[in-house]
Amino acid sequence: MNFLSYLISGISLGSVYALIALGYTMVYGIAKMLNFAHGDVIMIGGFVVFTAISSSATSPAIAIICGIAVCTLLGVIIEKIAYKPLRNATPLAVLITAIGVSYLLQNIALLVFGSASKNFPNIFKWCPDWKVTEGLTVSGVTIITIVVTVVIMIGLTLFIHYTKPGTAMQAVSEDRGAAQLMGVSVNSTISLTFAIGSALAAVASVLLCSAYPLLNPYTGAMPGIKAFVAAVFGGIGSIPGAMIGGILLGVIENLSKAYISSQLSDAIVFAVLIIILSLKPTGILGKKISEKV
Amino acid sequence: MKKSFMKKFAAVSMAVMMTVAMAGCGGGDNGGDGAAEFVIGGIGPTTGAAATYGEAVKNGAELAVKEINEAGGINGVQVRFEWQDDEADAEKSVNAYNTLKDKGMQMLMGTTTSGACTAVVAKTAEDNMFQLTPSGSAVEAIKGDHAFRVCFSDPNQGIGSADYLAENYAGKTVAAIYNSSDVYSAGIFEKFNAEAQAKGVKVVTAQAFTKDSAQDFTVQLQKVKESKAEIVFLPIYYQEAALILTQADKMGLDVTWFGCDGLDGVIPQLGDDAALAEGVMLLTPFAADAEDEKTQTFTAAYKEAYNGLVPTQFAADAYDAIYVIKAAAEKAGVTPDMSVSDICEAMKVAMTEITVTGVTGDMTWSADGEPTKSPKAMVIKDGTYAAL
Repeated sequence: MNFLSYLISGISLGSVYALIALGYTMVYGIAKMLNFAHGDVIMIGGFVVFTAISSSATSPAIAIICGIAVCTLLGVIIEKIAYKPLRNATPLAVLITAIGVSYLLQNIALLVFGSASKNFPNIFKWCPDWKVTEGLTVSGVTIITIVVTVVIMIGLTLFIHYTKPGTAMQAVSEDRGAAQLMGVSVNSTISLTFAIGSALAAVASVLLCSAYPLLNPYTGAMPGIKAFVAAVFGGIGSIPGAMIGGILLGVIENLSKAYISSQLSDAIVFAVLIIILSLKPTGILGKKISEKV
Repeated sequence: MKKSFMKKFAAVSMAVMMTVAMAGCGGGDNGGDGAAEFVIGGIGPTTGAAATYGEAVKNGAELAVKEINEAGGINGVQVRFEWQDDEADAEKSVNAYNTLKDKGMQMLMGTTTSGACTAVVAKTAEDNMFQLTPSGSAVEAIKGDHAFRVCFSDPNQGIGSADYLAENYAGKTVAAIYNSSDVYSAGIFEKFNAEAQAKGVKVVTAQAFTKDSAQDFTVQLQKVKESKAEIVFLPIYYQEAALILTQADKMGLDVTWFGCDGLDGVIPQLGDDAALAEGVMLLTPFAADAEDEKTQTFTAAYKEAYNGLVPTQFAADAYDAIYVIKAAAEKAGVTPDMSVSDICEAMKVAMTEITVTGVTGDMTWSADGEPTKSPKAMVIKDGTYAAL
């Protein structure tokens, strides 16, 4: 009974991680770079939706569309300005740039929106809570988050395997040079990847902030890092892996809070990550990379 | 293309360097020629994760300085307030302190956060610079006889809370949820726990969380529910408290919430769900919605100066801190041409002799720098604070 309720709260938390992890894994899988600014794009998305809802009488649907539009644009701009000039630089340089972008976004938000936490309105009040048994409920936001994550996961998989831009993405991921020789525009493919990744960030921001209604310039940072861990857990680059990794991370975190120590939960999560990675270095669903001799 | 960019870059960097150099000169002049003004420095995080607190302190202090200057200054001398950001980081705080010294600071109103304050207090001790922290509540934050504080120390809040529960809610079972990664929260909890045991208050469960997992509290709340506690003690800040209240409501947890001054601000934080704060009790020296005239005047002036922002306890502490400096400086009869060390010597004697009625209560100080003031027990009723 208690175990079940801990499990359910773990799945709720994990579903948010999974949704964010999808964005990480998508960009890594195709552009082969860790976009550490992903969590902060989520935060910007949250602020855009929040501002749209609170400043005028916009309906939540329009506010979400605004959020997606702004984030998509932001993602493409970041890619063009910060990452594109480093296309041929070492991965380490790109990684450091991404961390820089992350701080830049946080500080811009601090200047524009101030440091005080905002209360994000729950825009999914219309979705009723699901009462499993007495004293055991699954909140509406959780149900929506899981449904949205699954839909996006299936949508992305179909997109990558059965559409032309999707195939181009696979080609770029496999071998950038060869793809270019075959007439695939590497730049526009990577831009498209960032556009999709950032649009996912906007969706994640709405669900994250509705589940945990505290919005400030640092809202995206910690969930971003946890989601990155989730993506590595599930096998970075693998779309279903992000989903599994996210849910598992949430469940492990909450069960260790419940049965071991509420202070040590993060340490335990990372210990499990280390064990899994030492047994299976590419994560749970990660592709095996065969080295050419 | 590249070359012209380099040229521009060089020109811009030169301009920046010159501005910095000149600003340095300007500051030095002011301090050097014994200008007829008091320079009070302030340090706190106005960027970074703790920016809320630094901004509140800066706002509160600037409001008080403005009021004092309009009313004729301290001993008839105008006050200049200089602020430096430290991002709540100990090293950056020491750098900020050195910068302020270059700008001619004579007294320090800071720093805002306990960790940074503990580092800076060692430096002010070396320089024998008078220091008054509005909100550095850790015991070590005012080490030395030159440093004082406006807020309660963490142990005092913990002891006060346990005593209050022992007196008014004897026999009830108590649970606590605290932030083990935060000096303030952990400091209050430890003392609370010890005092509760001494006074016979039954603490049935204590649940911790850390700043890295401060979003989901369902597990902690589930544990509280299992423990069948009637009162839950929350020695934490209002942001997390708002999340806890929301999540507890979803789980149908029916308890009495009890907290310290960090909970002030929880009503606006809850937004549309402000009704969840009904019945929450808190021991606090300041509540923006309190009915007394002094608080009302301060809240109104603060709102007017900062676009309707409601002052938090940090703003109130800083506002009081500036007035405390004024009272002590007037008592000691210090003048701007005295050396920093002489000002400090005179001020620290005066501090133990004054009584200040501020927005955070009536305060007197002992030589170790601790304030004596009594927290007011408040309960949130109909969206506002009512005295218990």
